Amino acid sequence: MFEANQLSLAIWLPIIGGIAVLATGNDQRAGLARIMALLVSIAAFLATLPLYTGFDISTGDMQFIEHLPWIPALNINYSLAIDGIALLLILLTAFITIIVVISAWQVIQEKVAQYMAAFLIMEGLMIGVFSATDAILFYVFWEAMLIPMFLIIGIWGGPNRIYATIKFFLYTLLGSLLMLVALIYLYIKSGNSFALADMYAVKLGLTEQIWLFIAFFSAFAVKIPMFPVHTWLPDAHVEAPTGGSVVLAAIMLKMGAYGFIRFNLPITPDASHSLSTVIIVLSLIAIVYISLVALAQTDMKKLIAYSSIAHMGFVTLGLFVFNKMALEGAIIQIISHGFISGAMFLCVGVLYDRMHTRNMSDYGGVANTMPKFAAFMMFFAMANVGLPGTSGFVGEFLVILGVFQVNAWYAIIAGTILILGAAYTLWMFKKTIYGAVNNDMVKALKDINSREGLFLLILTLSVLIMGLWPAPFLEIIHTSVDRLLTLSAVTKL
Amino acid sequence: MNNIFADIQLAIPEIFVFSMACVILLLDRFTHERMPKASFLLTQLTLLVTFYLVTITVPEGGSAKAFNDMFVLDGMATLSKQAILSLTFVVLIYSYSYITERKMYRGEYFVLILNAVLGMIVLTSASHFLTIYIGLELLSLSLYTLVAMNRDSDLATEAAMKYFVLGALASGMLLYGMSMIYGATGSLDIETIRSAIQGMESDDAMLILGLVFIIVGVGFKLGVVPFHMWVPDIYQGAPTSVVLFLGTAPKVAAFAFIMRLLVDGFQGLAVSWSDMLTIIAVLSMATGNLLAIVQTNLKRMLAYSTISHMGYFLLGILSANPNGYSASLFYIIIYSFTSLAAFGLIIMMSRAGFEAEEISDYKGLNKRHPWFAFLVALVMFSMAGIPPTIGFFAKLSVIQALMDVEMYWLAVVAILFAVIGAYYYLRIVKTVYFDKPETNEPISARFGMQFVLSVNALALILIIPWIGIIMDVVSNAISAMG
Repeated sequence: MFEANQLSLAIWLPIIGGIAVLATGNDQRAGLARIMALLVSIAAFLATLPLYTGFDISTGDMQFIEHLPWIPALNINYSLAIDGIALLLILLTAFITIIVVISAWQVIQEKVAQYMAAFLIMEGLMIGVFSATDAILFYVFWEAMLIPMFLIIGIWGGPNRIYATIKFFLYTLLGSLLMLVALIYLYIKSGNSFALADMYAVKLGLTEQIWLFIAFFSAFAVKIPMFPVHTWLPDAHVEAPTGGSVVLAAIMLKMGAYGFIRFNLPITPDASHSLSTVIIVLSLIAIVYISLVALAQTDMKKLIAYSSIAHMGFVTLGLFVFNKMALEGAIIQIISHGFISGAMFLCVGVLYDRMHTRNMSDYGGVANTMPKFAAFMMFFAMANVGLPGTSGFVGEFLVILGVFQVNAWYAIIAGTILILGAAYTLWMFKKTIYGAVNNDMVKALKDINSREGLFLLILTLSVLIMGLWPAPFLEIIHTSVDRLLTLSAVTKL
Repeated sequence: MNNIFADIQLAIPEIFVFSMACVILLLDRFTHERMPKASFLLTQLTLLVTFYLVTITVPEGGSAKAFNDMFVLDGMATLSKQAILSLTFVVLIYSYSYITERKMYRGEYFVLILNAVLGMIVLTSASHFLTIYIGLELLSLSLYTLVAMNRDSDLATEAAMKYFVLGALASGMLLYGMSMIYGATGSLDIETIRSAIQGMESDDAMLILGLVFIIVGVGFKLGVVPFHMWVPDIYQGAPTSVVLFLGTAPKVAAFAFIMRLLVDGFQGLAVSWSDMLTIIAVLSMATGNLLAIVQTNLKRMLAYSTISHMGYFLLGILSANPNGYSASLFYIIIYSFTSLAAFGLIIMMSRAGFEAEEISDYKGLNKRHPWFAFLVALVMFSMAGIPPTIGFFAKLSVIQALMDVEMYWLAVVAILFAVIGAYYYLRIVKTVYFDKPETNEPISARFGMQFVLSVNALALILIIPWIGIIMDVVSNAISAMG
């Protein structure tokens, strides 16, 4: 009984825990809320571990299947299952939530219970997105996630938070609603079934597929976000509190890529092939142009936000060249970027908590007053650049190798990210961390405390482990990627 | 053949409501001073008993006619009546302290409500133009008076006047249309009309003209564009407790009204009315959602939101198949309960001398009362149709119905306006959560009302696991129409 519901447990434990945290009420019991949130997030992480230990890497089929009828009138079911790709993302989600809870320990002083609860509930919803195999269930989790994020940015965000959060919400809502139309269309086409497996099997003409592809694309491209629908992201990132930025960059953006993997590639394979050039060109624009935009930023968070967009361009590039190596590279990049971008935003958060500015010119010489912090930040900056030995290298290397087999020019253009990425990351690093102590505020900075050291250390280890020994991660996704490639290679015409 | 007792048996709920309305009217003369609560409690008891009577009065074989085929009882009628009665029951719970504080607590208030309820439940069972008209007028006349109940308020009087004049005009249109149909088909009985139409040319001028007038009348009563002008003024001007009533139960009755008239009677002209309703639905979604954005008065904003919701509601009907009808019925029931909670919250926030109807009155509610803030957010997300609230499933079902009949462009239009609509609902959430409070006045509400309202609002999300059951009940009700 318990064994059979591991996915449900992973989804509902944090949600119910979040509601319990919410029930602690106002800020007089903030301490209790924090401890409860930490315990819930750790318990939720432990609840995802049986998924890893019980996962069968020899098959690409869906595992941990759960199935309950939900709305018989529309043939909507509560059905869950995961493959290797989803498994990695679920583990990442549960892991990042613990980090977010720890990182907010002292920083958030207002409405603590609501803050912690929002993240825990969001964790459950995100795991739901990764494990739903019924289109409407997927859609419900997908959209429900917007609500806590909307509140997180709107309540705890920066000065321009209201504009940013409403922009974020409406942008993603428009995209997702078009996806809903596509899902209902598929429901009718597949003989009244919302099950993803039936949608994979249904035959579709090329025009139909292209329309469906565009509808799905509008939902997922906004989420990733791809050039040219990326404009909400810098706003949202800049205004979001640190925890919000971390979850946004580390997990929410990945949902767009996950959507491509789950919907576009297998449901509209022919359209994916015929439109792949468009996607590849957009990805390359994201890599080159957005990297250049990043170079022009003065706000640290904005710079990292643009860097995220460029790195996600790499992911979409890897997805649409239909090459096993590139696809695996893209998935590794998804996970690795989750660690690295999360860590980068946490680093900026650490600085922001002390100085209350994200403007690079207000910093300079931080290494003198915060040596330990500077060391951590150096490491993450290197990982962001893709230094061998860090997880950033594995993903980018695999993608470039895979792309090279398909088209050398694509690979060469994509390769510029290594140069441009190094340029903007190191430029930011130099301006803020190195040099002489710039002003009195920097002079008065205190180095990181043990709590901050803890989460930065955990992330450092994760980045290192994944960089030095990626085999276990690749092992999990091998068969799932094979299955995905098979699905996306079979024509539906 | 026409056993009068068998006929009466089918109409027992209606007869009971009518008798009780008379009893309360008389009794209130005596209890008004000594036991002021008596009328209220008696009305609530009436509603409960009627609900019970409706539930047990199930004709054999699912559907039966009575009184020379003027009255029909089937699954759709039963479900609509149950929804109307339970909505009214909750409405009165929410209204109680509102009307006592504002000195509107009079026996007539309850008598009028019961008469409106009687009109509505007659309407749901009407199978003859005369019965339809009687039900509709009984409902409308009670509502005109209720709107004017707050005698000393200029706004309310103006609203009532407007409502009355436009409502009378609409009734006139409806009657005119009915008379034309009578001219064309020679009957007022809906079933006879249906078979007569099947034997006629579908572009018969008299028939189409009659249909147009009927649609105009229906449009006025529903408050859809371009017949919506009265809605915002009534919503703003009328006492909130009356708006609460008028914005919920009559919508369900309106559904039954449309089903009897258009679907039952004019099935043969479905192509024509479906096109007309398409134009009306698109205009309503557009006007309602766009004009709601610029409102600063919450009641007025909700009025425009109602207009747009009526547009979405029509989407199911105009797809002209049972799947669409049950989607519409589902939509209207969900919408009614959501808007019940929305106006309930306005009532709860207000107190004597302060109506809490400006959006700015809700600034920083999260700081003043986190629980109410949460409820407001829930209701707004449900109105906007964001999962996991129930509003999403309502929109899902109508859009699915549309796409089932391959009206893809209409589905996309509906969705684009849903995004625009989301903006102004979000603005309320923003006001509640992100703005700073302007006052620290404590919010007090009776515990009973708080409890019912919390249940009402929480149900919008907690019912989700069982939503399949509701959809089944609704589609069974529609298929039982025969």
